[in-house]
Amino acid sequence: MTNDVIRLLGRKDLFIQGDDAAVYGALIADCRFFAGYPITPATEVAEGMALWMPKLGGVYVQMEDEIASIAAVIGASCTGVKSMTATSGPGFSLMQECIGYACMAEIPCVIVNVQRGGPSTGQPTEAAQGDVMQAMWGTHGDHQIIALAPKSVQETLDLTIEAFNLSEDYRVPVILLLDAEIGHMREKVVLPEVVNVKVDERVPATIGPDKYRPYRTGFTRTSKVPEFAPFGSGYRTYVTGLTHDKRGFPVTTSADVHEELVRRLIEKVQDDMDVIWYHEDLFLDDAEIIVISYGTTSRPAVSAVKMARKSGIKVGHIRLITIWPFHYEKMKELLKNAHTIIVPEMNLGQMVHPIRETVGKDIKVISAPKIGGAIHTPYEILKCIEEE
Amino acid sequence: MGFISNDIIIEKYLRKDMLPTIFCTGCGIGSVMNYALRAIHDLNIDMNETVFVSGIGCSSRVPGYIYSDGLHSLHGRAIAYATGVKLANPKLKVIVFTGDGDCGAIGGNHFLHAIRRNVDITVISINNFIYGMTGGQVAPTTPLNSKTTTTPYGNIEYPIDLSMMAKVIGAPYVARWTTAHPVQCISSIKKALQKTGFSFVEVLAPCPTSYGRLNKMGNTLDMTKHFKESTINIKLYEKMLADGKTTDKMVIGELVDIEKEDFNTKYNKFCGELK
Repeated sequence: MTNDVIRLLGRKDLFIQGDDAAVYGALIADCRFFAGYPITPATEVAEGMALWMPKLGGVYVQMEDEIASIAAVIGASCTGVKSMTATSGPGFSLMQECIGYACMAEIPCVIVNVQRGGPSTGQPTEAAQGDVMQAMWGTHGDHQIIALAPKSVQETLDLTIEAFNLSEDYRVPVILLLDAEIGHMREKVVLPEVVNVKVDERVPATIGPDKYRPYRTGFTRTSKVPEFAPFGSGYRTYVTGLTHDKRGFPVTTSADVHEELVRRLIEKVQDDMDVIWYHEDLFLDDAEIIVISYGTTSRPAVSAVKMARKSGIKVGHIRLITIWPFHYEKMKELLKNAHTIIVPEMNLGQMVHPIRETVGKDIKVISAPKIGGAIHTPYEILKCIEEE
Repeated sequence: MGFISNDIIIEKYLRKDMLPTIFCTGCGIGSVMNYALRAIHDLNIDMNETVFVSGIGCSSRVPGYIYSDGLHSLHGRAIAYATGVKLANPKLKVIVFTGDGDCGAIGGNHFLHAIRRNVDITVISINNFIYGMTGGQVAPTTPLNSKTTTTPYGNIEYPIDLSMMAKVIGAPYVARWTTAHPVQCISSIKKALQKTGFSFVEVLAPCPTSYGRLNKMGNTLDMTKHFKESTINIKLYEKMLADGKTTDKMVIGELVDIEKEDFNTKYNKFCGELK
């Protein structure tokens, strides 16, 4: 199928915007269901899917709102079809209850959030990174999602494929955090070679319907991710957002059942942190100052670090690709030799909080916020570095 | 259709390890579940390819008791989840159980648009005129002046008529009965299940515990009597209209039965043309 898509897309080199790249990534990852609702700056994702889904035997449907969109995506995923929706801040807020449902019921799905300025309707056409905390903590209760933040159009395509893989592997919602800048920026994208594309599928039930328990883990493999039986496969599974036992039946007043379930939902992701957590680092060997950034902001951040290096400042850079879960241990290790950390973000300081939590009071952590729509200039970040 | 004993229905269709149900004494939801299963039995529907979808509320617990695939979704969202299931795998028979609050208030918009889209699902709405699960608060269907825990001085809001709404928006099959009409109910659910497109069956059901007690109908018998008195069959109603008369009674019976191409058929048609 992946083969067909790459052939269908034709030219290997494309000049497309980030929203389109999310579409192509989804097609290559075998996504065959998209439900969405128009919203700036994510509408182009829906338009792309409306164009491609019918050609590939998939389904595109425009729902009546964002709640219905994510609900339909979860329903579709229950039948075993890889499913996605795309939105921006206001729609992402509406989706939160269903994202919690997907966490609780362990239904894979991918949510593309092309971030814009908030709160509320805010700045529909301007870029922001204001939904970083919401991506992790927007839905109620303890849970663990995965969130990825690409820095370019090419990486948007690559990480969309990865988002589907992680979602299938861990049966969690995966949130792709773009922003209006990447979503609407056109860049050269090279389609991957078929042989290089890894496309994962959720692990199917390997045991007969009589012995199968939808939420039992570790009986055919060691992972904490249960095996999946799609609707219509004869396994007759019951899926609920209530606290449930291994059979999937509601058990709402047992502290033990609740704790075992919720801890497993978190551990199944966090236990594999070393596999899930992607980052890039630059000049860390002797770095005394470290700039930490993600998404669009990492582009001026890297330029600033390189400029500072030229003038002899011992500065390095870490780019977070996996935003959530946050790898506290690994970050502590990477940051141990620094005396100052600078965190430029297109919000008033969100990722700076887990970073402060990581290093405690031993290392100075400076937030370098910028809101309003414009991205940081390298000089703004360079100035922060030079002041330290 | 011969008479089938409850034992057969229980044996063949229920998840016995989920029983007993959470329903109160005198509740009508169990009856509606029974009617639906009898309709399924009569039509010999393959339970391996049937998905029951629900939202939140008393009636939304029904799929949990039925031995098939079940999706107990979020409050108000059953029809939106069901849309995803049906569009992603059109081979599946998708049946939604929803309450009047789930379908008419928090889920009202999904109800409206699934009808507009003509998604091929069957929605069985159990209307007990109240929020039962949370202990008896006013619902969008609560009659004027009725008492609930949140309208202690009587309801001042006009109720919504779910079946008429479905009819007006263009659902190809709409029927309304009460739990006191088992034969008619089963027959309408059968028709609904065979209809391609959005089919809607509303069943007025007693909630003696919450609605009845607060409105001087504390048992099922009182409530059943009330249903008989406060409803009128569509055939009689039409005759009345022809005679220039009118009534405040709720119209029951088969309200719509037309043919209309559903979403999947239309979608597959243009997909075919693209190839």
